[in-house]
Amino acid sequence: MRMMTFAKRCAREILRDPINLGFGLGFPLVLLLLLSTIQANIPVSLFEIDTLTPGITVFGLSFMTLFAATLIAKDRESALLQRLYTTPLRGLDFILGYMLPLLPISLGQTAICYLTAIPLGLTVRIQILYAVLGTIPMAIFHIALGLLCGSLLGVKQVGGICGALLTNLSAYLSGVWFDLALVGGAFQKAANVLPFVHAVEMEKALFHGDFRASAIHALPIVLYGTVITAVAVHCFLRQMKKQ
Amino acid sequence: MIQAIQTKELVKRYKSITAVDRLNMEIRQGELFALLGVNGAGKTTTIKMLSGLTKPTEGEVFVGGHDIIKETEQVKRLIGVSPQETAVAPNLSTKENLELICGIHGFPKDKTQARIRALSDELGLDSVLPRKAGKLSGGWQRRISIAMALISEPKILFLDEPTLGLDVLARHELWKTIRALKGSATIILTTHYMEEARELSDRIGIMRDGRLLAVGTVEELKAMANTDDFETAFVSIVQEGVV
Repeated sequence: MRMMTFAKRCAREILRDPINLGFGLGFPLVLLLLLSTIQANIPVSLFEIDTLTPGITVFGLSFMTLFAATLIAKDRESALLQRLYTTPLRGLDFILGYMLPLLPISLGQTAICYLTAIPLGLTVRIQILYAVLGTIPMAIFHIALGLLCGSLLGVKQVGGICGALLTNLSAYLSGVWFDLALVGGAFQKAANVLPFVHAVEMEKALFHGDFRASAIHALPIVLYGTVITAVAVHCFLRQMKKQ
Repeated sequence: MIQAIQTKELVKRYKSITAVDRLNMEIRQGELFALLGVNGAGKTTTIKMLSGLTKPTEGEVFVGGHDIIKETEQVKRLIGVSPQETAVAPNLSTKENLELICGIHGFPKDKTQARIRALSDELGLDSVLPRKAGKLSGGWQRRISIAMALISEPKILFLDEPTLGLDVLARHELWKTIRALKGSATIILTTHYMEEARELSDRIGIMRDGRLLAVGTVEELKAMANTDDFETAFVSIVQEGVV
Protein backbone atom coordinates (compact mmCIF):
# COMPACT_ATOMS: atom_id res chain seq x y z
CA MET A 1 0.00 0.00 0.00
CA ARG A 2 2.68 2.50 1.07
CA MET A 3 4.95 1.39 -1.73
CA MET A 4 2.11 1.66 -4.26
CA THR A 5 1.35 5.23 -3.12
CA PHE A 6 4.98 6.13 -3.69
CA ALA A 7 5.08 4.24 -7.03
CA LYS A 8 1.98 6.13 -8.21
CA ARG A 9 3.66 9.40 -7.37
CA CYS A 10 6.81 8.39 -9.31
CA ALA A 11 4.72 7.43 -12.36
CA ARG A 12 2.96 10.80 -12.27
CA GLU A 13 6.24 12.70 -11.99
CA ILE A 14 7.67 10.91 -15.02
CA LEU A 15 4.58 11.02 -17.23
CA ARG A 16 3.87 14.69 -16.50
CA ASP A 17 7.32 15.78 -17.60
CA PRO A 18 7.02 16.92 -21.24
CA ILE A 19 10.77 16.46 -21.82
CA ASN A 20 10.46 12.82 -20.74
CA LEU A 21 7.59 12.25 -23.13
CA GLY A 22 9.34 14.09 -25.94
CA PHE A 23 12.58 12.16 -25.65
CA GLY A 24 11.37 8.84 -24.36
CA LEU A 25 8.53 8.34 -26.76
CA GLY A 26 8.98 10.94 -29.47
CA PHE A 27 12.64 10.37 -30.28
CA PRO A 28 12.41 6.61 -31.02
CA LEU A 29 9.35 7.26 -33.18
CA VAL A 30 11.09 10.04 -35.10
CA LEU A 31 14.04 7.70 -35.71
CA LEU A 32 11.70 4.96 -36.88
CA LEU A 33 10.03 7.28 -39.37
CA LEU A 34 13.30 8.85 -40.52
CA LEU A 35 15.17 5.59 -41.05
CA SER A 36 12.18 4.04 -42.81
CA THR A 37 12.14 6.99 -45.18
CA ILE A 38 15.87 6.57 -45.82
CA GLN A 39 15.34 2.85 -46.46
CA ALA A 40 12.65 3.63 -49.02
CA ASN A 41 15.14 5.74 -50.98
CA ILE A 42 18.24 3.53 -51.00
CA PRO A 43 18.85 0.39 -53.04
CA VAL A 44 20.36 -1.76 -50.22
CA SER A 45 18.47 -3.19 -47.26
CA LEU A 46 19.96 -1.26 -44.37
CA PHE A 47 16.93 -0.34 -42.33
CA GLU A 48 14.31 -2.95 -43.21
CA ILE A 49 11.32 -2.28 -40.99
CA ASP A 50 11.17 -5.88 -39.67
CA THR A 51 14.74 -5.63 -38.34
CA LEU A 52 14.77 -1.92 -37.59
CA THR A 53 11.72 -1.91 -35.30
CA PRO A 54 13.05 -4.42 -32.74
CA GLY A 55 16.30 -2.42 -32.63
CA ILE A 56 14.51 0.88 -32.12
CA THR A 57 12.43 -0.55 -29.27
CA VAL A 58 15.62 -1.65 -27.49
CA PHE A 59 17.17 1.78 -28.11
CA GLY A 60 14.06 3.38 -26.58
CA LEU A 61 14.62 1.44 -23.37
CA SER A 62 17.82 3.39 -22.69
CA PHE A 63 15.59 6.36 -21.84
CA MET A 64 14.29 4.41 -18.82
CA THR A 65 17.74 4.86 -17.28
CA LEU A 66 17.49 8.59 -17.84
CA PHE A 67 13.95 8.77 -16.39
CA ALA A 68 14.80 6.79 -13.25
CA ALA A 69 18.14 8.49 -12.63
CA THR A 70 16.75 12.00 -13.16
CA LEU A 71 13.81 11.42 -10.82
CA ILE A 72 15.96 9.98 -8.02
CA ALA A 73 18.67 12.62 -8.37
CA LYS A 74 16.03 15.39 -8.31
CA ASP A 75 14.36 13.86 -5.25
CA ARG A 76 17.73 13.73 -3.50
CA GLU A 77 18.65 17.31 -4.38
CA SER A 78 15.24 18.77 -3.50
CA ALA A 79 15.32 16.97 -0.12
CA LEU A 80 12.02 15.25 -0.91
CA LEU A 81 13.76 11.95 -0.24
CA GLN A 82 15.08 13.30 3.04
CA ARG A 83 11.53 14.14 4.05
CA LEU A 84 10.29 10.71 2.99
CA TYR A 85 13.09 8.99 4.94
CA THR A 86 11.44 10.33 8.11
CA THR A 87 8.15 8.60 7.22
CA PRO A 88 7.27 4.90 7.67
CA LEU A 89 8.49 4.09 4.10
CA ARG A 90 11.29 1.51 4.14
CA GLY A 91 14.22 0.90 1.81
CA LEU A 92 12.42 -1.72 -0.27
CA ASP A 93 9.38 0.58 -0.66
CA PHE A 94 11.62 3.24 -2.20
CA ILE A 95 13.39 0.82 -4.53
CA LEU A 96 10.21 -0.83 -5.80
CA GLY A 97 8.42 2.51 -5.88
CA TYR A 98 11.03 3.90 -8.26
CA MET A 99 11.43 0.76 -10.38
CA LEU A 100 7.92 -0.65 -10.82
CA PRO A 101 6.21 2.30 -12.60
CA LEU A 102 8.89 2.28 -15.29
CA LEU A 103 8.09 -1.28 -16.34
CA PRO A 104 4.60 -0.52 -17.74
CA ILE A 105 5.99 2.73 -19.19
CA SER A 106 8.70 0.78 -21.05
CA LEU A 107 6.18 -1.81 -22.24
CA GLY A 108 3.88 0.99 -23.42
CA GLN A 109 6.74 2.66 -25.27
CA THR A 110 7.66 -0.62 -26.99
CA ALA A 111 4.05 -1.33 -27.95
CA ILE A 112 3.67 2.17 -29.44
CA CYS A 113 6.85 1.65 -31.49
CA TYR A 114 5.50 -1.60 -32.94
CA LEU A 115 2.06 -0.06 -33.60
CA THR A 116 3.69 2.89 -35.40
CA ALA A 117 5.76 0.49 -37.49
CA ILE A 118 2.70 -1.40 -38.79
CA PRO A 119 1.58 1.32 -41.26
CA LEU A 120 5.25 1.59 -42.31
CA GLY A 121 5.15 -2.02 -43.49
CA LEU A 122 5.94 -4.11 -40.40
CA THR A 123 4.71 -7.69 -40.79
CA VAL A 124 1.80 -8.16 -38.42
CA ARG A 125 2.19 -11.41 -36.52
CA ILE A 126 1.47 -12.81 -33.05
CA GLN A 127 5.22 -12.74 -32.28
CA ILE A 128 4.95 -8.95 -31.86
CA LEU A 129 3.33 -9.68 -28.50
CA TYR A 130 6.26 -11.90 -27.47
CA ALA A 131 8.66 -9.24 -28.65
CA VAL A 132 6.93 -6.59 -26.54
CA LEU A 133 7.08 -8.82 -23.44
CA GLY A 134 10.64 -9.83 -24.33
CA THR A 135 11.86 -6.31 -23.58
CA ILE A 136 11.19 -6.81 -19.85
CA PRO A 137 14.68 -8.15 -18.89
CA MET A 138 16.43 -5.31 -20.74
CA ALA A 139 13.96 -2.80 -19.29
CA ILE A 140 14.84 -4.04 -15.79
CA PHE A 141 18.54 -3.66 -16.62
CA HIS A 142 18.03 -0.06 -17.75
CA ILE A 143 15.76 0.85 -14.83
CA ALA A 144 18.26 -0.61 -12.34
CA LEU A 145 21.04 1.33 -14.06
CA GLY A 146 18.92 4.44 -13.52
CA LEU A 147 18.52 3.60 -9.84
CA LEU A 148 22.30 3.23 -9.61
CA CYS A 149 23.09 6.49 -11.42
CA GLY A 150 20.41 8.40 -9.50
CA SER A 151 21.86 7.16 -6.21
CA LEU A 152 25.39 8.25 -7.09
CA LEU A 153 25.10 11.28 -9.37
CA GLY A 154 23.61 14.77 -9.25
CA VAL A 155 20.92 16.01 -11.65
CA LYS A 156 23.43 17.69 -14.02
CA GLN A 157 25.71 14.65 -14.12
CA VAL A 158 22.73 12.39 -14.79
CA GLY A 159 21.77 14.54 -17.77
CA GLY A 160 25.24 14.18 -19.28
CA ILE A 161 25.98 10.58 -18.43
CA CYS A 162 22.57 8.93 -18.83
CA GLY A 163 21.08 11.39 -21.31
CA ALA A 164 23.92 11.82 -23.76
CA LEU A 165 26.63 9.23 -23.13
CA LEU A 166 24.57 6.13 -22.29
CA THR A 167 21.90 6.55 -24.97
CA ASN A 168 24.58 7.02 -27.64
CA LEU A 169 26.86 4.26 -26.40
CA SER A 170 24.01 1.77 -26.07
CA ALA A 171 22.90 2.62 -29.59
CA TYR A 172 26.37 2.31 -31.18
CA LEU A 173 27.12 -0.91 -29.29
CA SER A 174 23.80 -2.51 -30.13
CA GLY A 175 24.19 -2.87 -33.87
CA VAL A 176 20.97 -0.97 -34.58
CA TRP A 177 22.54 1.68 -36.80
CA PHE A 178 25.21 -0.45 -38.47
CA ASP A 179 26.41 -4.04 -38.59
CA LEU A 180 29.03 -4.48 -35.86
CA ALA A 181 31.00 -6.81 -38.13
CA LEU A 182 31.69 -3.82 -40.40
CA VAL A 183 33.80 -2.28 -37.61
CA GLY A 184 35.03 -5.60 -36.21
CA GLY A 185 38.05 -5.92 -33.91
CA ALA A 186 37.97 -4.69 -30.34
CA PHE A 187 34.80 -2.70 -30.93
CA GLN A 188 32.86 -5.78 -31.93
CA LYS A 189 34.35 -7.81 -29.06
CA ALA A 190 33.43 -5.10 -26.54
CA ALA A 191 29.92 -4.89 -27.97
CA ASN A 192 29.49 -8.65 -27.62
CA VAL A 193 30.57 -8.54 -23.98
CA LEU A 194 27.94 -5.89 -23.19
CA PRO A 195 24.18 -6.59 -23.12
CA PHE A 196 22.99 -4.06 -25.74
CA VAL A 197 23.62 -6.09 -28.89
CA HIS A 198 22.19 -9.21 -27.23
CA ALA A 199 19.02 -7.29 -26.38
CA VAL A 200 18.59 -6.29 -30.03
CA GLU A 201 19.33 -9.81 -31.27
CA MET A 202 16.93 -11.30 -28.71
CA GLU A 203 14.22 -8.88 -29.75
CA LYS A 204 14.76 -9.68 -33.44
CA ALA A 205 14.71 -13.42 -32.67
CA LEU A 206 11.46 -13.12 -30.72
CA PHE A 207 9.88 -11.09 -33.51
CA HIS A 208 10.82 -13.78 -36.00
CA GLY A 209 9.68 -16.57 -33.66
CA ASP A 210 13.17 -18.01 -33.09
CA PHE A 211 12.86 -18.81 -29.38
CA ARG A 212 16.08 -20.83 -29.21
CA ALA A 213 18.16 -17.87 -30.41
CA SER A 214 16.26 -15.51 -28.14
CA ALA A 215 17.03 -17.71 -25.11
CA ILE A 216 20.76 -17.67 -25.92
CA HIS A 217 20.78 -13.88 -26.10
CA ALA A 218 18.59 -13.58 -22.97
CA LEU A 219 21.27 -15.09 -20.74
CA PRO A 220 23.77 -12.16 -20.74
CA ILE A 221 20.88 -9.69 -20.35
CA VAL A 222 19.53 -11.50 -17.28
CA LEU A 223 23.06 -11.72 -15.86
CA TYR A 224 23.73 -8.01 -16.37
CA GLY A 225 20.26 -7.17 -15.06
CA THR A 226 20.80 -9.18 -11.88
CA VAL A 227 24.24 -7.73 -11.17
CA ILE A 228 23.25 -4.13 -11.89
CA THR A 229 20.07 -4.48 -9.79
CA ALA A 230 22.08 -5.84 -6.84
CA VAL A 231 24.66 -3.03 -7.11
CA ALA A 232 21.94 -0.40 -7.53
CA VAL A 233 20.00 -1.61 -4.47
CA HIS A 234 23.22 -1.61 -2.43
CA CYS A 235 24.14 1.92 -3.53
CA PHE A 236 20.63 3.27 -2.97
CA LEU A 237 20.45 1.83 0.55
CA ARG A 238 23.95 3.14 1.24
CA GLN A 239 23.05 6.71 0.27
CA MET A 240 19.82 6.34 2.28
CA LYS A 241 21.83 5.35 5.35
CA LYS A 242 24.23 8.24 4.74
CA GLN A 243 21.33 10.68 5.12
CA MET B 1 6.20 14.32 32.66
CA ILE B 2 7.85 12.81 29.56
CA GLN B 3 9.82 15.44 27.68
CA ALA B 4 8.99 15.71 23.98
CA ILE B 5 12.70 15.53 23.25
CA GLN B 6 15.68 14.79 25.42
CA THR B 7 19.30 14.55 24.35
CA LYS B 8 22.16 13.31 26.48
CA GLU B 9 25.77 14.12 25.60
CA LEU B 10 24.86 14.06 21.91
CA VAL B 11 27.80 14.21 19.51
CA LYS B 12 28.08 14.13 15.73
CA ARG B 13 31.47 13.98 14.09
CA TYR B 14 32.27 13.99 10.38
CA LYS B 15 35.88 12.76 10.22
CA SER B 16 37.84 15.49 12.03
CA ILE B 17 34.93 17.95 12.24
CA THR B 18 32.66 17.94 15.27
CA ALA B 19 29.31 19.25 14.00
CA VAL B 20 27.49 18.76 17.31
CA ASP B 21 29.40 18.65 20.56
CA ARG B 22 27.99 17.09 23.77
CA LEU B 23 24.49 18.47 23.38
CA ASN B 24 22.26 18.16 26.44
CA MET B 25 18.81 19.51 25.78
CA GLU B 26 15.23 19.03 26.95
CA ILE B 27 12.24 20.24 24.98
CA ARG B 28 8.88 20.27 26.71
CA GLN B 29 5.69 18.92 25.22
CA GLY B 30 3.66 21.56 23.37
CA GLU B 31 6.31 24.27 23.31
CA LEU B 32 7.83 25.99 20.31
CA PHE B 33 11.56 25.71 20.72
CA ALA B 34 13.93 27.55 18.42
CA LEU B 35 17.52 26.59 17.77
CA LEU B 36 19.20 29.86 16.91
CA GLY B 37 22.69 30.20 15.52
CA VAL B 38 24.79 31.46 12.64
CA ASN B 39 25.48 29.25 9.62
CA GLY B 40 27.48 26.17 10.57
CA ALA B 41 26.39 26.27 14.21
CA GLY B 42 25.11 22.67 14.05
CA LYS B 43 21.37 23.38 13.98
CA THR B 44 20.52 21.28 10.91
CA THR B 45 22.75 18.40 12.04
CA THR B 46 20.93 18.48 15.39
CA ILE B 47 17.52 18.36 13.66
CA LYS B 48 18.74 15.51 11.44
CA MET B 49 19.77 13.51 14.49
CA LEU B 50 16.54 14.30 16.36
CA SER B 51 14.45 13.17 13.38
CA GLY B 52 16.42 9.97 12.82
CA LEU B 53 17.97 11.07 9.53
CA THR B 54 21.52 11.04 10.85
CA LYS B 55 22.95 8.58 13.33
CA PRO B 56 24.68 10.22 16.30
CA THR B 57 28.36 9.44 16.81
CA GLU B 58 27.86 9.38 20.58
CA GLY B 59 25.14 10.07 23.09
CA GLU B 60 21.43 9.41 23.30
CA VAL B 61 18.25 10.95 21.87
CA PHE B 62 14.76 10.26 23.17
CA VAL B 63 11.81 11.48 21.09
CA GLY B 64 8.42 11.12 22.76
CA GLY B 65 10.15 8.80 25.21
CA HIS B 66 11.46 6.53 22.42
CA ASP B 67 15.14 5.90 21.78
CA ILE B 68 15.86 7.23 18.28
CA ILE B 69 18.33 4.41 17.53
CA LYS B 70 16.46 1.43 18.92
CA GLU B 71 12.88 2.57 18.26
CA THR B 72 13.20 4.44 14.98
CA GLU B 73 9.89 3.16 13.59
CA GLN B 74 7.93 4.37 16.65
CA VAL B 75 9.65 7.76 16.39
CA LYS B 76 8.78 8.03 12.67
CA ARG B 77 5.08 7.74 13.55
CA LEU B 78 5.37 10.67 15.97
CA ILE B 79 7.21 13.22 13.88
CA GLY B 80 6.77 15.48 10.87
CA VAL B 81 9.74 17.12 9.15
CA SER B 82 9.90 20.12 6.88
CA PRO B 83 13.50 20.19 5.57
CA GLN B 84 15.51 23.31 4.81
CA GLU B 85 15.06 22.82 1.06
CA THR B 86 11.55 22.98 -0.36
CA ALA B 87 10.85 19.26 -0.39
CA VAL B 88 7.77 18.96 -2.57
CA ALA B 89 7.01 16.76 -5.59
CA PRO B 90 7.05 19.42 -8.35
CA ASN B 91 4.86 17.72 -10.97
CA LEU B 92 2.16 16.84 -8.46
CA SER B 93 -0.57 19.24 -7.46
CA THR B 94 -0.69 20.54 -3.90
CA LYS B 95 -3.56 18.14 -3.17
CA GLU B 96 -1.63 15.20 -4.63
CA ASN B 97 1.41 16.09 -2.53
CA LEU B 98 -0.74 15.96 0.59
CA GLU B 99 -2.39 12.72 -0.56
CA LEU B 100 1.06 11.23 -1.08
CA ILE B 101 2.02 11.73 2.56
CA CYS B 102 -1.39 10.48 3.77
CA GLY B 103 -0.99 7.34 1.64
CA ILE B 104 2.50 6.74 2.99
CA HIS B 105 1.13 6.96 6.53
CA GLY B 106 -1.59 4.49 5.58
CA PHE B 107 -4.56 6.83 6.03
CA PRO B 108 -7.89 5.62 4.57
CA LYS B 109 -9.50 7.78 1.86
CA ASP B 110 -12.05 9.53 4.09
CA LYS B 111 -9.40 10.47 6.66
CA THR B 112 -7.12 11.71 3.88
CA GLN B 113 -9.82 13.99 2.49
CA ALA B 114 -10.76 15.21 5.99
CA ARG B 115 -7.11 16.05 6.79
CA ILE B 116 -6.66 17.88 3.48
CA ARG B 117 -9.81 19.92 4.12
CA ALA B 118 -8.73 20.76 7.67
CA LEU B 119 -5.18 21.75 6.71
CA SER B 120 -6.37 23.64 3.69
CA ASP B 121 -8.56 25.77 5.96
CA GLU B 122 -5.85 26.14 8.60
CA LEU B 123 -3.07 27.14 6.21
CA GLY B 124 -5.17 28.83 3.52
CA LEU B 125 -4.25 26.37 0.78
CA ASP B 126 -7.63 26.27 -0.95
CA SER B 127 -6.63 28.33 -3.98
CA VAL B 128 -3.51 26.25 -4.70
CA LEU B 129 -4.85 22.74 -4.08
CA PRO B 130 -5.28 21.92 -7.80
CA ARG B 131 -2.09 23.70 -8.90
CA LYS B 132 1.23 21.98 -9.58
CA ALA B 133 3.52 22.53 -6.57
CA GLY B 134 6.57 23.16 -8.74
CA LYS B 135 4.89 26.12 -10.45
CA LEU B 136 4.10 27.96 -7.20
CA SER B 137 6.14 30.71 -5.54
CA GLY B 138 8.76 29.94 -2.88
CA GLY B 139 6.42 31.13 -0.13
CA TRP B 140 3.63 28.81 -1.24
CA GLN B 141 6.02 25.90 -1.60
CA ARG B 142 7.21 26.43 1.98
CA ARG B 143 3.64 26.46 3.16
CA ILE B 144 2.94 23.23 1.29
CA SER B 145 6.11 21.75 2.75
CA ILE B 146 4.86 22.55 6.24
CA ALA B 147 1.42 21.18 5.39
CA MET B 148 3.08 17.94 4.22
CA ALA B 149 4.89 17.72 7.54
CA LEU B 150 1.66 18.38 9.45
CA ILE B 151 -0.80 16.20 7.58
CA SER B 152 0.09 13.03 9.46
CA GLU B 153 -0.89 14.80 12.72
CA PRO B 154 2.61 14.61 14.19
CA LYS B 155 3.12 15.09 17.90
CA ILE B 156 6.49 16.67 17.16
CA LEU B 157 7.15 18.94 14.20
CA PHE B 158 10.62 19.87 12.93
CA LEU B 159 10.91 23.03 10.83
CA ASP B 160 14.42 23.51 9.48
CA GLU B 161 14.96 27.16 8.49
CA PRO B 162 11.32 27.49 7.38
CA THR B 163 11.62 31.05 6.05
CA LEU B 164 15.08 30.84 4.49
CA GLY B 165 15.21 32.72 1.20
CA LEU B 166 11.71 34.18 1.47
CA ASP B 167 10.95 37.86 1.03
CA VAL B 168 9.75 39.85 4.01
CA LEU B 169 6.05 39.56 3.15
CA ALA B 170 6.17 35.82 2.59
CA ARG B 171 8.14 35.47 5.83
CA HIS B 172 5.51 37.33 7.84
CA GLU B 173 2.76 35.23 6.20
CA LEU B 174 4.57 32.06 7.20
CA TRP B 175 5.06 33.33 10.74
CA LYS B 176 1.27 33.67 11.00
CA THR B 177 0.97 30.06 9.89
CA ILE B 178 3.54 28.85 12.42
CA ARG B 179 1.95 30.87 15.23
CA ALA B 180 -1.39 29.23 14.42
CA LEU B 181 0.21 25.82 14.89
CA LYS B 182 1.40 26.56 18.42
CA GLY B 183 -0.18 24.25 20.94
CA SER B 184 -1.21 21.60 18.41
CA ALA B 185 2.23 19.99 18.45
CA THR B 186 5.68 20.43 19.91
CA ILE B 187 7.59 22.47 17.34
CA ILE B 188 11.34 22.58 16.96
CA LEU B 189 12.43 25.29 14.60
CA THR B 190 15.91 26.19 13.44
CA THR B 191 16.69 29.67 12.29
CA HIS B 192 19.48 32.18 11.98
CA TYR B 193 17.04 35.10 12.02
CA MET B 194 16.93 36.59 15.52
CA GLU B 195 13.63 38.30 14.82
CA GLU B 196 12.08 34.97 13.87
CA ALA B 197 13.23 33.24 17.03
CA ARG B 198 12.06 36.16 19.16
CA GLU B 199 8.64 36.42 17.48
CA LEU B 200 7.73 32.76 17.45
CA SER B 201 9.44 30.85 20.24
CA ASP B 202 8.54 29.94 23.78
CA ARG B 203 12.20 29.15 24.44
CA ILE B 204 15.37 29.57 22.45
CA GLY B 205 18.56 27.54 22.40
CA ILE B 206 21.60 29.40 21.10
CA MET B 207 24.19 27.29 19.29
CA ARG B 208 27.71 27.96 18.08
CA ASP B 209 30.30 25.52 16.75
CA GLY B 210 28.06 22.58 17.57
CA ARG B 211 27.61 23.58 21.20
CA LEU B 212 24.48 24.72 22.96
CA LEU B 213 25.60 27.89 24.70
CA ALA B 214 22.40 29.01 26.39
CA VAL B 215 18.72 28.12 26.69
CA GLY B 216 15.87 30.28 27.88
CA THR B 217 13.02 32.62 27.01
CA VAL B 218 13.84 35.88 25.25
CA GLU B 219 13.67 37.68 28.59
CA GLU B 220 15.87 35.12 30.31
CA LEU B 221 18.50 35.31 27.57
CA LYS B 222 18.51 39.12 27.75
CA ALA B 223 18.90 38.91 31.51
CA MET B 224 21.77 36.42 31.13
CA ALA B 225 23.60 38.86 28.86
CA ASN B 226 22.61 41.81 31.00
CA THR B 227 21.01 43.77 28.18
CA ASP B 228 17.55 44.93 27.05
CA ASP B 229 18.17 44.14 23.40
CA PHE B 230 17.81 40.56 22.16
CA GLU B 231 20.24 41.00 19.28
CA THR B 232 22.89 42.34 21.65
CA ALA B 233 22.19 39.43 23.98
CA PHE B 234 22.65 36.94 21.13
CA VAL B 235 25.92 38.54 20.00
CA SER B 236 27.19 38.68 23.54
CA ILE B 237 26.34 35.02 24.23
CA VAL B 238 27.85 33.83 20.93
CA GLN B 239 31.01 35.94 21.24
CA GLU B 240 31.71 35.08 24.84
CA GLY B 241 31.02 31.40 24.23
CA VAL B 242 29.35 30.59 27.53
CA VAL B 243 27.23 32.82 29.75
